Amino acid sequence: MSGARVAAAALFVRHRPAGVGALVLLVVAALAVAAPLLPLHNPDLTDLANRLQRPGAPGHPFGTDHLGRDLLARLVWGTRLSLAVGVFASLIAALAGSCIGIAAGFFGGRTDYLLMRGIDMLMAFPYILLALAIVAALGPGLLNALYAVAIVNIPFFARSVRGATATIAHREFVDAARLAGMRSGRIIAGEILPNVAPVITVAMSTTIGWMILETAGLSFLGLGSQPPQADLGSMLGEGRKSLINAPHVSVVPGAMIFIIVVSINLLGDGIRDLLDPRLRAGALSRPAPVTRIERAATGADDAHPPGGALLQVRGLHTRFVSAGARAQYAVNGVDLAVDAGQCLGLIGESGSGKSVTALSLLGLAPSPPAVISGGRVWLAGEDLLGANFERLRAIRGRRVSYIFQNPMAALHPLMTVGAQLTEAIRCHRRVPRRAALDEAVGLLRRVRIPGPEARARCYPHELSGGMRQRVGIALALANSPELVIADEPTTALDVTVQAQILQLLAQLRRERNLALIFVTHDFAVLSQLCDRVAVMYAGRIVESGATHDILSRPAHPYTAGLIRCAPRLGAGRRPAAIPGLPPAADHRPRGCAFAPRCERARAACEAGAVAPARLSATRRVRCLYPLEAA
Amino acid sequence: MTAALEAWRLSKTFGGGRRWFGRARAPVCAVREVSFRVAAGETLGIVGESGCGKTTLARMLAGLLPPSGGRITVDGKDPRAGAGAWGGLVQYVFQDPLGALNPRKTIRQIMHAPLRHLLGMEAPARAARIAELFDAVNLRREFLDRYPHEFSGGQAQRIGIARALAANPRIVVLDEPVSALDVSVQAQVLNLLADLQRAYHLTYLLISHDLAVVESVSDRVAVLYCGAIVELADAAEVFARARHPYTRLLADSAPVLGRKPAPAAAGELPDAPPRGCAFAARCSRAGDACRRRAPEPVCTRGENYVRCFHPVETPQ
Repeated sequence: MSGARVAAAALFVRHRPAGVGALVLLVVAALAVAAPLLPLHNPDLTDLANRLQRPGAPGHPFGTDHLGRDLLARLVWGTRLSLAVGVFASLIAALAGSCIGIAAGFFGGRTDYLLMRGIDMLMAFPYILLALAIVAALGPGLLNALYAVAIVNIPFFARSVRGATATIAHREFVDAARLAGMRSGRIIAGEILPNVAPVITVAMSTTIGWMILETAGLSFLGLGSQPPQADLGSMLGEGRKSLINAPHVSVVPGAMIFIIVVSINLLGDGIRDLLDPRLRAGALSRPAPVTRIERAATGADDAHPPGGALLQVRGLHTRFVSAGARAQYAVNGVDLAVDAGQCLGLIGESGSGKSVTALSLLGLAPSPPAVISGGRVWLAGEDLLGANFERLRAIRGRRVSYIFQNPMAALHPLMTVGAQLTEAIRCHRRVPRRAALDEAVGLLRRVRIPGPEARARCYPHELSGGMRQRVGIALALANSPELVIADEPTTALDVTVQAQILQLLAQLRRERNLALIFVTHDFAVLSQLCDRVAVMYAGRIVESGATHDILSRPAHPYTAGLIRCAPRLGAGRRPAAIPGLPPAADHRPRGCAFAPRCERARAACEAGAVAPARLSATRRVRCLYPLEAA
Repeated sequence: MTAALEAWRLSKTFGGGRRWFGRARAPVCAVREVSFRVAAGETLGIVGESGCGKTTLARMLAGLLPPSGGRITVDGKDPRAGAGAWGGLVQYVFQDPLGALNPRKTIRQIMHAPLRHLLGMEAPARAARIAELFDAVNLRREFLDRYPHEFSGGQAQRIGIARALAANPRIVVLDEPVSALDVSVQAQVLNLLADLQRAYHLTYLLISHDLAVVESVSDRVAVLYCGAIVELADAAEVFARARHPYTRLLADSAPVLGRKPAPAAAGELPDAPPRGCAFAARCSRAGDACRRRAPEPVCTRGENYVRCFHPVETPQ
């Protein structure tokens, strides 16, 4: 896996503290390993004539302790011992804890119950008390201290590994392995272990420093290494007796413990950042409230909208830029216009840029990584991309609102539906709480939720998928917007519920003269609702016009293919496939992006950019050789 | 008709046991007495909304979940009793094509597993068979040394299909095989599945929520509601001439190009099916009998049936 190695190298370059930690640790470990080869005094040789020498004394750079032993030698040998104990304790804890965790997570049920209750019992004792009890039972000694520290840390490993295993054990590839004839032991070794290994590594890297501290603590109490053997904890314990008149005897091992633990923790943080999937997915980085805009300076003639439509988009470009990866060109020059009360269907496959277009209009595409690199968006003549955050906030949810695909994710799980609606209302208008709540109930009634007074007191998880999406629609309507942008609002719903939601949207549009941008991948759904269609492919609109015209006589070969390739109820035939795959977003072809999949493509199609051609007053197509019918 | 696969009064109940501490949990009936036969080379579509027990049924048929009651036979035999494992008879194509591939294994390692563990083939024979399978699903052989994340959904689903075929199964359970794919790629995969069925004489169980997909690919269709089959009919007729009011509702709700939307009916899938017909509460034709007891299957033609006291009559 050279990819992982490259990523690790990149981490240490970018994550500087982890790099420093790794470097310091490497030096310390090298010294410890090389201890027998270094020209050091015998660490256990007492020389009472030279006791408690200050650092810098001849022959003793760090001075001597209360028995006249060379502190440098004891420090190097003590570090060697402490590191070894920490690493071995960590390995033992990881091995035992992972075995328990994997068994509990994989087999579940009664096995899980018994194992985890055992772990709970271990955790019920304060850890240092438990370690003391174990050492007391086994007798003092470094090896016993090692066992005690390892046992105390088993629950930590068992619990994190169990959690990771339980998620992976229910993944489909584990079922697939079982269907491939693999037995449980082989599945654990081949399928589960490689996938929980990062969790184990992260747990180890974050606990090893802790374990060194715990071993030092036991030695400090005289329960770990026995005299004259030196480890950092026992050195500290011995130094304590002469803390006042010779502080260096305890400062030297103390500083070493500090250096080791800090460097291990810095390195551990780096490893966690590298391996933890949640951190890798950017869970800790919050997107900015407005998408970053990096537009080239535009001429004055571009500053005014070309027409009188409610929403106009001209030349919108959005790309995703993240360090160490190629830029993804999601939206590559989109022009749109929506009149008041009109419904525009924005259709395309996943990756065509339709959702990013919808989010970019109000600067909601998450930055980082999104960057709007060009274009203008006018709402009733006002440039939204140039607007400041306060202005945008006043527009979002008030004049333009969104309906999202997954209502469960769009609703706050800990707030009642009524409270969320009230919040949305009061965010934009100064309405007393009581009146806002009444208004919220009215909104729920308007989206045909039965028993709205009772439903307003429900939490989102208490509602069915269809009811949740109705709440999502009610939220979008809360401040009587002029434009609603609905991003695949029915894709996650069942077909009977989808029909209800589509009917509701159609009724609301008529009642309130609402303009709607309906983002979808399904022509059949779109045809139920929309007056106009814009077909997107590879970040561009390839065809736009009235729904009926496009469906009956598609001009762009891609539109025609998209209509043909969806199976049609009652048609009784196999759909015709479009060959090939949509282009990758990090690749920007010079000419038509669809040309490699197109039957009609000729040399000119790939040679240069294809400008949109006007077929009629309302119809545009971006094709050099459009289908005849249009 | 020689049944390649037969399910007889197959049921699955979740929960219901007692915890060690605490009260008994109410059992959830995910699949209730499902019976059907599928002929060799036939495609049976299973359609229903989320929560109707589609996936539970599919997992039982593939041996991934033990049934609470009823019987499954493959070629007249109990699949557990045979010499080979269940996986040698029934294979599964998963809904999430990437989730079904271990992210830490190469495609070659993934493809070797069924050949080695189910068929006990030697390494050279395995390599030859994998090459043959990759040709069959139109994948390039250099893909074998890549990791799953390097593939698009459509390619990953082809790999999933190749892996399912590697075991040389009689029956393939297709659990929403195209619903995670792009529209333009869906048709490619559906056509590939049809070609493979002809070439290898496979029996398919196609599970989907998409009526149009089910209708276009299946020979017969079973409509599932609240864990029970409410109607089993030929694909050409099941939606065009629906007998069960629920099938009718599904067919009317599905958006169709160029068809004006029918007025949507209210109501959603109940959490716990009531006594009697599970659909009665949403049904305009329901009478007293519907709410008192569950209707028995009424034979319509051949092995097709409908479970309804008041089926919709449409002219032939």
